[in-house]
Amino acid sequence: MITLRTVSLPHAFAVWQRNAAMYRRTWKLNLLPNFFEPVLYLVSIGIGVGSYVTEMGGTSYVAFLAPGLIAVAAMNGASFEVTYNTFVRLHYEKTYDSMLTTPIQPEDVLVGEVLWAVTRACIYGGCFFIVLAAVGLAPLPWALLALPLLPLAGCLFAAIGIAFSLHVVTIDLFNFYFTLFLTPLFLFSDIFFPLSDRLSGGWLWLAEALPLLHPVRLARAAFRGEASPILLWDVLYIVAVSALLLAFAARSARRRLTS
Amino acid sequence: MDFPQPRLPLPPPAVVELRGVTKRFGDRVAVEALDLAVERGACFGLLGPNGAGKTTALRMVYGVTRPTAGVVRVFGLDVARAPRAVRSRLGVTLQENVLLEALSPLENLRTFGRYHLLREPELSRRALELIELFELGSHARAPVKVLSGGMQRRLAIGLSLMNRPELLILDEPTTGLDPQVRLALWSRVRDLQASGTTVLLTTHYMDEAERLCDRIAILAAGRLRAEGSPAELIRAHLAPEALELDVDAAAEAALFSGASAPVRRIRAGKRLFVYDADVRPHLERIRLADGGERRPLVARPTNLEDVFLALTGTGLDAPAPEEPRP
Repeated sequence: MITLRTVSLPHAFAVWQRNAAMYRRTWKLNLLPNFFEPVLYLVSIGIGVGSYVTEMGGTSYVAFLAPGLIAVAAMNGASFEVTYNTFVRLHYEKTYDSMLTTPIQPEDVLVGEVLWAVTRACIYGGCFFIVLAAVGLAPLPWALLALPLLPLAGCLFAAIGIAFSLHVVTIDLFNFYFTLFLTPLFLFSDIFFPLSDRLSGGWLWLAEALPLLHPVRLARAAFRGEASPILLWDVLYIVAVSALLLAFAARSARRRLTS
Repeated sequence: MDFPQPRLPLPPPAVVELRGVTKRFGDRVAVEALDLAVERGACFGLLGPNGAGKTTALRMVYGVTRPTAGVVRVFGLDVARAPRAVRSRLGVTLQENVLLEALSPLENLRTFGRYHLLREPELSRRALELIELFELGSHARAPVKVLSGGMQRRLAIGLSLMNRPELLILDEPTTGLDPQVRLALWSRVRDLQASGTTVLLTTHYMDEAERLCDRIAILAAGRLRAEGSPAELIRAHLAPEALELDVDAAAEAALFSGASAPVRRIRAGKRLFVYDADVRPHLERIRLADGGERRPLVARPTNLEDVFLALTGTGLDAPAPEEPRP
């Protein structure tokens, strides 16, 4: 935590503003796909899978799926930003070398990038939420409680992604990150089927290590308006893992950007 | 009414001061026991072949590379302890331009100004000033990717001036630019220096160093080889006149066997450089030996390039003639 304590938030915000300025230039192109994706899911599941699987966990299949997909949107929004985009800025565009000629320090760069990834997670997840609400799949007002989850899930996956990116030497390794890490998380984190129905005790405990499981469980609880003690564990997991990885990434950033 | 001038017990502290600075990367020594001082208002040039340690030395000045040993002081502050304070008062133009290609020069300048926490209206005011200073007005709102190489370089230097730095660091400012752009940039650098900015630059170009720099340090293999004004360096290391000709080593021995005193000669491939207080006797001797066939010769004043070759070697792989080999 030593280096994270020296973060200057105004400088981190300047890093955020740099990314925001780039995003604003093409925001229409960037925003539109965020709406297509949920629509495609809903059509595929609603017309296709939903006609075979009519009920899941007490609701229609598509309603079961909806909250989990919001958490996935937040995960993806943050992950793209801190993997490919961060790598390009670090190694090809030399953005950080240029920032470090000013009073900006490596830990400011880290926090600025994570804040920007959180912003992307909120934009992406927010678009998804709007589509779900528009077709009546987000039961209001309870479902609104899922919105504060977007920055939480965004921060978790920003921290995981950037901790990885700062140690990666070639851009091709991100293929592994997406296909061997994020895709399995997507498939096995309570989104498509309740893990508790399919796994026995020991495996269920092990599944608690999966990072995506926690935002998904929180989102589903918000959509159902059901609170339970396990949600505290979910929040604790997200906060603790984010903090640990960010502290680790702050040291990596210092090693990567200075010598 | 005149006030008595205060008497300064010590000279003003140098803007940049390196004391016994060494940087190792693993087993490789990038900079070794380097002592340098850049006076306020000076233009100081760091010269050396590729890999001599110039960029490492610059990175230590703005605190991104930490010395393995020694101290770097800028504005009297220890850079390792106060990097933010030091960097808020200096500007750095990196070797490679780092620009946001999709954004305009104006947006680039504003984005960079925010790194220094500049706020409106100063942010836009300063950005417009620099657009004018570097004559980028015609393209101020066009995406940077449509700008010529010279314009992009001017913009990159403009970025490093957003915070009105007291010290401007330029890493190879004109590499790869055409002569017109180089002349224009030199004149901007001289203007800045005239307005009180201290300049520290690296370059491969001896003409650039000779025109811009009050003082020059020549580095080779991480060590300081020589330091002084361009004229001092020439005086200290070589005779004032130079003679250049193409001749192979065997013919060279024959040509100079008749010389009255030993003469400093440097060879780069077939090209031979001869230095002496007066090169006319050599010229006459060569003409006599050549008989009717007059080979092309160049007689000229010794310049910084000669000193550079004398100190850093002429071979493509030789870092320095007297460098101890591991």
